Amino acid sequence: MMTNDMAVADAGQQATGRRIGGVILDLQKISLSFGGVKALTDISFDVREHEIRAIIGPNGAGKSSMLNVINGVYHPQQGDIVFHGETRHEMDPHKAAKQGIARTFQNIALFKGMSVLDNIMTGRNLKMKTNLLQHALFWGAAQREEIEHRKKVEEVIDFLEIQSIRKTPVGRLPYGLQKRVELGRALAAEPSMLLLDEPMAGMNVEEKQDMSRFILDVNDQFGTTIVLIEHDMGVVMDISDRVVVLDYGKKIGDGTPEEVMANPDVIAAYLGTSH
Amino acid sequence: MFYREAGQFKASYQADQQIFPIRQDRVAVWALIVFFAAVVPVIADQYWLKAILIPVLIFSLAALGLNILTGYAGQLSLGSAAFMAVGAFGAYNFMLRIDGMPFLLALVMGGLCAAAVGVLFGLPSLRIKGFYLAVATLAAQFFIVWALVKFPWFSNYSSSGVISTQEISILGFVFDGPTSKYMLTLAVVVVLALAAKNMVRSSTGRAWMAVRDMDVAAEVIGIRPMRTKLIAFAVSSFYCGVAGALYAYTYLGTVEPEGFNLDLSFKILFMIIIGGTGSIMGSFLGAAFIVLLPILLDNFVPSLLGDLVSSSFVSNFQLIVFGGMIIFFLIVEPHGLARLWQIGKEKLRLWPFPH
Amino acid sequence: MQFFLEVLIGGLLSGVLYALVALGFVLIFKASGVFNFAQGAMVFFAALTFVGFQEVLPGWTGLEEGGSAVFWLAFALALVSMIILGILTEKIVLRPLVNQPHITLFMATIGLSYLIEGIAQGVWGANVRGLDLGIEDVPVEWLMESSNILVSKFDLVAAGIAGVLVASLALLFQYTKIGRALRAVADDHQAALSIGIPLQHIWVIVWGVAGFVALIAGMIWGARNGVQFALTYTALKALPVLILGGFTSVPGAIVGGLIIGASEKLAEVYVGPFVGGGIESWFPYVLALLFLLVRPEGLFGEKHIDRV
Repeated sequence: MMTNDMAVADAGQQATGRRIGGVILDLQKISLSFGGVKALTDISFDVREHEIRAIIGPNGAGKSSMLNVINGVYHPQQGDIVFHGETRHEMDPHKAAKQGIARTFQNIALFKGMSVLDNIMTGRNLKMKTNLLQHALFWGAAQREEIEHRKKVEEVIDFLEIQSIRKTPVGRLPYGLQKRVELGRALAAEPSMLLLDEPMAGMNVEEKQDMSRFILDVNDQFGTTIVLIEHDMGVVMDISDRVVVLDYGKKIGDGTPEEVMANPDVIAAYLGTSH
Repeated sequence: MFYREAGQFKASYQADQQIFPIRQDRVAVWALIVFFAAVVPVIADQYWLKAILIPVLIFSLAALGLNILTGYAGQLSLGSAAFMAVGAFGAYNFMLRIDGMPFLLALVMGGLCAAAVGVLFGLPSLRIKGFYLAVATLAAQFFIVWALVKFPWFSNYSSSGVISTQEISILGFVFDGPTSKYMLTLAVVVVLALAAKNMVRSSTGRAWMAVRDMDVAAEVIGIRPMRTKLIAFAVSSFYCGVAGALYAYTYLGTVEPEGFNLDLSFKILFMIIIGGTGSIMGSFLGAAFIVLLPILLDNFVPSLLGDLVSSSFVSNFQLIVFGGMIIFFLIVEPHGLARLWQIGKEKLRLWPFPH
Repeated sequence: MQFFLEVLIGGLLSGVLYALVALGFVLIFKASGVFNFAQGAMVFFAALTFVGFQEVLPGWTGLEEGGSAVFWLAFALALVSMIILGILTEKIVLRPLVNQPHITLFMATIGLSYLIEGIAQGVWGANVRGLDLGIEDVPVEWLMESSNILVSKFDLVAAGIAGVLVASLALLFQYTKIGRALRAVADDHQAALSIGIPLQHIWVIVWGVAGFVALIAGMIWGARNGVQFALTYTALKALPVLILGGFTSVPGAIVGGLIIGASEKLAEVYVGPFVGGGIESWFPYVLALLFLLVRPEGLFGEKHIDRV
């Protein structure tokens, strides 16, 4: 489906199923505050190509803020972001999207007035080249382009198994399906890095299994690097390669799931807040 | 029983992308266009053409313009009438000052003037979320009417800014009677309505709706909110500008800046609220409703209550009816007449079997 | 210089009224998130109702025409009318539209302003009325003698009344129990509800206060320019005041009102003659737009951060 990454994914599958590459995103000493309230303090971690990197931590630990820093919704006061070898003080949402970062949100951020198909089609907006006048005519290039991208979007729809609801307004869908459509919108952009903010929040066990499978498939088939925030420790242990743990805006742990779970600070943070 | 899509399969994406995917709808729309283009000019009398059909078409176009901005891009303008004025005076000056200016080109130029002025007022206010565009368009409303009155150049130095439009002639054919003016208006409106539909079903339209529904998410996808809103506002102003030029040339013939007042802007807003925000057809339904309602009130209220009521009562009654209907529609059916029409169609699809 | 001062003072005095109307607006905006376009119509409605009662009361009650009894009775009745209007607005318009997008509420208040204008003129007639508050429009003598500056006594008294109201509203908002509840509601509807603040009561209170403010402003403007439809446009200038001050800021509304009042008078006097006059109609709006370029959040507004 996603031709650019096909070669990489194939190569990965031949080896160990997935081949984790070098560091493509490096966050260095990121600090972020809102009007004096510190959300993130001095946080550094990196993300390697093709890996699944989880961010965990209690509520209010700054996980979502971290994702917002990565794709430029929030601008940190201090620190640097190195993405694909380019060092920047802050990201910009538009540039981040252009460089292949896509994401989903904790509270579903679909376009409520539009159908599933149109929602996913917006994911391809950046790749569409025709202009307003061509759209007004809807003839020739504009129509060809629309059809070409529609084909891509149908592939995403097939991948996520949501064919039957493609014309339904997203507002009418149950929560679990909305989450899936939101993933579809992100995938339609053929991202090289996918940021997922609690993709399984509020789901039942079966829905969680489906979603885990989609995430693993995306990572496996397209080689997409995934950064995800998740509360369900079982899921995190199962699917992620490395985990970073935040608490009160500070990093308290970083490593493989096993290492992190054995970290006394992490245990303390979890026991101290949720039990 | 007869209105259903069963058996109509789409074998290509092109077929699936049609404006009216259901065959019966396509037939109905063509029948409607043929009716208005071929039958109406023959059967309608002068009063109907001049006082009802032409203004309904023109206001449909203006409402369409506002609907692109408000219904699709989620921004509110209170200055639609002012942009109509820019279009009218723009077209007038192009016709006046350039020898042999083709009328249709003047129409487009009028629309482009309106779009340019729109961008000027939109730039400071669309950077920020909230109701800033509403206040900016109020600024445009008051400023533009003032400027057209105070700078006599715009009206070729006539008294208090009144302009009388030049004769319309396209390729030697003179549009002087109501029938020919009606046909011209209809042609322009149909073409622009089709263009609007095309824009809203392509990536431009999806970007507008994305910004309307969830601007942060749109930004993360790579849609620039400011740019998207500004394009919507420019297109919207263009439509209002063309509508204003038609208003001067094919409807009234003589217009003054004060005629494009805040009240007219509100009327256009009411058209899209009652007709249906975010619907092309709603713009037409709303315009017809708002043009026809006062005519009905004027004719029926006095005849019902006889000499009891003065004309000022009737005009106040109109205010009350308009205001009341706006609130009623926003509460009961925020998507207006177009949505009611849609519900009717869905029912028809199932008829006569309810499930 | 002396002339400049006269214009400036005149502008500042009229600005106090803008501040007052803007404050009514800020209260509603903060408490319910409603961008109340009907503010102008409310001012017109209030002034017309007051004058209307003044006209009919002597006939109904036999009280002396133009006397202070009629004045206060008409004032009380107009105030009651405004409070009823506020309650009806809350019940009929706002409550059914709760949780709707802001743009829907905004459009509803435009419908509301048509409704209010139609009812006001339907009940009291549409002709322009004079309104006499018993304050003379003459220069203040001691200022005239001491520094030779012409300041109207009417403007001074009107600004004084409006100023006292502005101050008391600001204090009410800051220090009383109602004010605290109001601020809590403004911060977070859900949280306020959960600690037992009755949202509906708060809304009725703010609409009532906005009605009271509209009555005072309508009486003062009506006495100056006659009670007429144009009052609605005058009151609309509260909108640029809000852009200047920031939509949610009480001090912003006050300072913004003074700036708009002073600058529009200065512009009219010093720039107007060169462009044909009448620029008061749009100057505040354009000033507000230019201001947006420099400081989009307003003088006292807070930068808004989206939680995503």
